[in-house]
Amino acid sequence: MTLRNRWRKTLSYIMLSLTGVCAVLAVSLLFVILGYLIYNGGRSLDWNFFTKLPKPPGENGSGMANAILGSIQIVLLATLIGLPVGFMAGIYLSEFGGKTFAFLVRYMADLLNGVPSIVIGIFVWTVVVRRFHFSAIAGALALALILIPITARSTEQFMISVPQTLREGALALGASKWKTIATVVVPAAYRGIATGMILGVARISGETAPLLFTSLNNQFWSGGLSQPTASLPVMVYTHALAPYDDWHRQAWAAGLVLLLGVLFANIAARLILSRGIAVQK
Amino acid sequence: MATSATVSAPRSGGRSFVQRLRSGDEIARLITLAFATSILLVTVALVYELWVTSALPRQKFGLSFLTSSSWDPVSGQFGALPFIYGTVITSAIALFIAVPIGVGAAIFLAELAPARISSAFTFFIELLAAVPSVIYGLLAIFTLVPLMRDYVEPFLRKTLGFLPIFSGNIYGYGYLTAGVILAVMTLPFIISISREALLEVPTEQREAALALGATRWESTWQAVVPWARLGIFGSIFLALARALGETMAVTMVIGNDPTIHASLFAPGYAIAPIIANEFTEATGDLYLQSLVGLALVLFFLTVVINALARLLIIATTRRGSAHP
Amino acid sequence: MKKSNLWLGVFAALAILLAVAQAKVLINAAGATFPYPIYGKWFEEFTKVDPDAQINYQSIGSGGGIRQFTENTVDFGASDMPMTDEQIGKVKNKPLHFPSVLGGLVPTYNIPGVTQELKFTPAALAGIYLGKIKKWNDPELTNANPGAKLPANEILVVHRSDGSGTTFVWTDYLAKVSPEWKSKVGVNSSVSWPVGLGGKGNEGVSGIVKQTPNSIGYVELIYALQNKMAYGMVRNSSGTYLKADLDSVTQAAAATATTMPADFRVSITNPSGKNAYPISSFTWLLIPSKIDDPAKKKAIVTFLHWMLTDGQKFAGSLGYAPLPKEVVAKEEKQIALIK
Repeated sequence: MTLRNRWRKTLSYIMLSLTGVCAVLAVSLLFVILGYLIYNGGRSLDWNFFTKLPKPPGENGSGMANAILGSIQIVLLATLIGLPVGFMAGIYLSEFGGKTFAFLVRYMADLLNGVPSIVIGIFVWTVVVRRFHFSAIAGALALALILIPITARSTEQFMISVPQTLREGALALGASKWKTIATVVVPAAYRGIATGMILGVARISGETAPLLFTSLNNQFWSGGLSQPTASLPVMVYTHALAPYDDWHRQAWAAGLVLLLGVLFANIAARLILSRGIAVQK
Repeated sequence: MATSATVSAPRSGGRSFVQRLRSGDEIARLITLAFATSILLVTVALVYELWVTSALPRQKFGLSFLTSSSWDPVSGQFGALPFIYGTVITSAIALFIAVPIGVGAAIFLAELAPARISSAFTFFIELLAAVPSVIYGLLAIFTLVPLMRDYVEPFLRKTLGFLPIFSGNIYGYGYLTAGVILAVMTLPFIISISREALLEVPTEQREAALALGATRWESTWQAVVPWARLGIFGSIFLALARALGETMAVTMVIGNDPTIHASLFAPGYAIAPIIANEFTEATGDLYLQSLVGLALVLFFLTVVINALARLLIIATTRRGSAHP
Repeated sequence: MKKSNLWLGVFAALAILLAVAQAKVLINAAGATFPYPIYGKWFEEFTKVDPDAQINYQSIGSGGGIRQFTENTVDFGASDMPMTDEQIGKVKNKPLHFPSVLGGLVPTYNIPGVTQELKFTPAALAGIYLGKIKKWNDPELTNANPGAKLPANEILVVHRSDGSGTTFVWTDYLAKVSPEWKSKVGVNSSVSWPVGLGGKGNEGVSGIVKQTPNSIGYVELIYALQNKMAYGMVRNSSGTYLKADLDSVTQAAAATATTMPADFRVSITNPSGKNAYPISSFTWLLIPSKIDDPAKKKAIVTFLHWMLTDGQKFAGSLGYAPLPKEVVAKEEKQIALIK
């Protein structure tokens, strides 16, 4: 083998091994993140964390019970607002849409999708908070605005992937269009749609920036949806920036809970989707 | 089940409005149309609000808002340049680090890895994309900042300190650290989209190169990757769009100094972090509206980059089914 | 999905959504980070005094307190910087300034190998923050601290990134002792810093200084104390080097016993007085002069009375100083002005 060829072969080996290194590096990042959070957060997770309210800085026995409940409330409300709107819009785009209008809606949805979440927070601040004060509802609205375009596009995607023959079969049997959609197409696309929804909800439950100027924060139990409400991501943020070691421990613990929740939802969603694909003939 | 509405009086083409209404289809169409329109309305309202609420600085400074580098609430001078600079620099650092690693990993996953490892790895990498920004920030403060401050930046200063970008005080917080965490956050997007682009390359490309005597690497690098380059560029633009708008992680480590610095070690600022930090407390209308003006700049930047990304990705998939 | 499961789910969701705190008077406040440790303590203690009231205080910085007060998104605000005439002019519901407590700003530092208290001259502090004094072993510092082994390391300056009353007090002091600072940078809650890195809130600054070797920052005394951080003595106008503590900060406000203006807006930095700590400040609650909701009004008024009497007892143990008696008496009279 000539020298040049030997060099080419060696180069090939080196470069391909490097790509393997890159891949391993990328994957290991996930485990590094999880590892740090489990190590630091796991030590700080105790019964107090889930049941007690935050205490003034410097005092022990603090917890984040209000933030956990607050996050659930805000995300739940955002889901109740955002999922139906996104779902319906997605159905329109895939089943009823004309050419130009649907294109416009699609374009706007993608636009909205790409808007940094902090800009959405500003929008909700100018429109809602300035008139109605900081509240969980404002926070939920901001999150819903993020959820809607994600849900709309993913719903549309999975609805489109249902073969036209299913629709035609139902129509040939005399079903009206909406009945076809409701009883044939949606159930066929149900797995993908559900996956998209779960992923979207997981995404918004980790969002912090839009909550900063809408639901603010609260060291007590929230007084209701129209009051400032604590949330896990905001708590992680404020506690990470503080000097108190106790608050740092709490930040790790909250981060761990948040990450586990998000990861669990993501894994569940992907399993649903993959199982669905395996089952479909 | 045939209803009388659909059976009676069939026209030459579609059904009449009344017939559609009776069968419930028109209602369904109108309801879903309403929801779809709401997306349109919200987006329009968003742009409108941003535009209107940033009128003052536009009136007062005009285009110099974008080119002025002084941000001084005391004297009422607001210029966007330090933040545009910070946003661009940190994103550039992020891409500089993430693109080689990301494309490399994508090549491995698409070309070399056996199918099961490839899907397992891809699964984990997609999970990485789901980690919330604030968690990256949390990790960055307690693990990355000390690492940069105590090891990486001093090393860079010792070896490459003659370059202005690697000179100056080392805080740990600053453009470089922000760029590194952004690199980690954008890596999964580059990998997963590039991998899909690479998988779409027809095997003939690969095989032709190998048949001509190319090494495995040469076949990959010179035959496969160029074919997928549109998709790969698309993934890079997408990653860029995300990096531009990332707020929490960057806010927590960039150092919050609204000045332009040459050194990457220096604390700086970017558009999303200053909005996050100063929005709730901007006293005075000009101040607040200048922040909204920054948000508008960010909005336009991400819209343009996202559009480019999508064009590139669409071009790839269309190309995949057509011929070059 | 079974129908009964669906209904169960809906019911559970509604239950979660509507879970609220028991019927309470909910008051939302936001503002300064300087007094946050004592406010946090006060608002928690107050729930024992008046169990029906719940005051949720978010420390977002004095600038935030003023802004949210102006926008009427909170029931009252808090700031270490009194509102300017221009800011007051923008608010329909004029604020009443209520000094709540006295505090001292300390230069806190993290220098490897240096454990003793450093002495800072006014010129040293101004020089460091102007970026003219760059290393720890600068003569301005070594001359004042002959016994300390100050290293030749770069000084990493930390300031506030947010609109801060603490910054206002710090720059107010620096402007009084350094004409160069006054002309180059000025006094405000948010200035164009010549050097340094910005932390968010007193919390952020102390957090960064605590973790970054060779750094210096300015924080309210309690933050240095609670986090066991080193802080220095500052030379006052009489030439004495003083640590911020109960006595020295109380002395700084001594003059206000007689000279406190009617609207309580006053600066006490760099006062005369042999044992007066030079960087002290009042911090104020910004209470609207007109509160429509009678339940909220009652709760706030009750809180103000409590703050001026029992609340002051917590000051010392948390590193603040209680208000002078004469000031308290004047404030009690101002409470009556709330309609």
